Amino acid sequence: MKAFSILFLFILLVPVAFSQDANALLEKVRNKLSLVNNYEADAIMKTNVSFLKVPQATVKVYFKKPDKIMIRNEKGISFVPKGAVSINLNNIISGNNFTVIDAGHMTINNNQVKILKLLPADENNNVILSTIFIDEKNAVIVKAKTTTKDNGTFELDMKYGKFIEYGLADNVVFTFNTKDYKMPKGFTFDYDNAAQKSDGVKNNDRQGKIEIKYLSYKINKGVSDEIFK
Amino acid sequence: MWNLLQFELFKTFKKPRTYIAFGAIAAIVFLIQLALLINGKEYVQFILSSVDETLVIPYEKITNGYWICFAILNLLLIHVPILVALVSGDIIAGEANAGTLRLLLTKPVSRTKLLIVKFFACVIYTLILLLWMAFLSLVISVLLFGTNDLVVAKEFELVQIEKADVLWRYFAAFGFAAVALIVVASLSFFLSSISENSIGPIVATVSIIIVLTILSEMRIPIYDNTIKPYLFTTHMLGWKGFFYIDADADGQTIKGSVSNLPAIFKSLAVLFAYIIIFTGSAIFIFNRKDILS
Repeated sequence: MKAFSILFLFILLVPVAFSQDANALLEKVRNKLSLVNNYEADAIMKTNVSFLKVPQATVKVYFKKPDKIMIRNEKGISFVPKGAVSINLNNIISGNNFTVIDAGHMTINNNQVKILKLLPADENNNVILSTIFIDEKNAVIVKAKTTTKDNGTFELDMKYGKFIEYGLADNVVFTFNTKDYKMPKGFTFDYDNAAQKSDGVKNNDRQGKIEIKYLSYKINKGVSDEIFK
Repeated sequence: MWNLLQFELFKTFKKPRTYIAFGAIAAIVFLIQLALLINGKEYVQFILSSVDETLVIPYEKITNGYWICFAILNLLLIHVPILVALVSGDIIAGEANAGTLRLLLTKPVSRTKLLIVKFFACVIYTLILLLWMAFLSLVISVLLFGTNDLVVAKEFELVQIEKADVLWRYFAAFGFAAVALIVVASLSFFLSSISENSIGPIVATVSIIIVLTILSEMRIPIYDNTIKPYLFTTHMLGWKGFFYIDADADGQTIKGSVSNLPAIFKSLAVLFAYIIIFTGSAIFIFNRKDILS
């Protein structure tokens, strides 16, 4: 009977302990990110979307707490995905209005990472589920998957370097869902076989990627609200 | 020969109808520029509506001078051939109609030489018309709207060309368009050589271009693989090829590249062949023709 009671207590308490662990880890990550109130970063952006042929762009990325983010190409034109706000990790883990579930461990790039699933408490929240993969040693998110009601699933892959102490990545790959692009026939008057799908155009590929390689950050030097208008 | 050419050009530019084309192009370009100045954003929104939900599109940056010029050429280069025919359709038949052709042929100049001079007068008119269009659509648009990267909307993809990589493409495109328009000039020149009044060649040229353009643009297999590759209207759109840029495996555009240069050269060869056929036929027929008026 005594043994049964101990086993019962163990079964009851272990998930609670795991949950506390998960919450503590998330808090650690959150604390690291909270060191950054704003930043201005120089970066190189590569866009890979099936229907887009665009040059590599030199961009500036602006961030201001709590959730303002802006990618600007001062010298040319850049097409930025609408869900790019997810590039800011604060948006994913800010607030406490979600349940944290410990989903175990896995290996990414030969590093063991902790998997946490964040379930929003609010049924009307656009986010259905966020899964984050945390490097426990450095308390940084190396991968995040967010499934939304309206825009499908976004994925973030991050690599860290010089700015790891602030939880800011050197390299971010943002994967997002795209819709088909098509112009009305007779509107474009395309030449040659350009009207037919060329080898590089895989319109059935409904995932786009942008890769942002951060060259430098100016952290907490102030960013004007005008930038985000 | 130079004196004869000067004489032909004098006659051409003395006629009020010569300036109709210049006036029409100025009016169309001005109206398009005005419309895009006021509603450029809405126009780009309409074009890119299918990706508007996915991407943040910098509409104001897209409606720059280079893009306006591309939009104008896209709308206008279908119609300019009609304006070219106004002069080249009249250059021989107009003289026949006025009764001056026989008089002209009494000069100690061979018929072949006379026709070559008249053809060159048509070519010069066409080139001046094209320069006028280039000035209005490119120079004025750049002055009014500034410059930025050029975004070209194709049926299945969007192509972005860096600002520094655009201007040479316009020079190449206008050069190509010159050859394409000379084909039209040589067609109406040929029709003019077999007609007794100028209305016939002008209307016939316009009709032929309308019919062939429809055939070129229709995507019906029976035409696609049979007659379409041989129609000059199919190849006249080759100027756009200079705005189709290559991309690497990551989808990043390669500066200075043209995605299908052999196709452009092939189109140029087809267009030159048409010029030779139409002009050669005109000279051949005219040399054997009884001039009665």
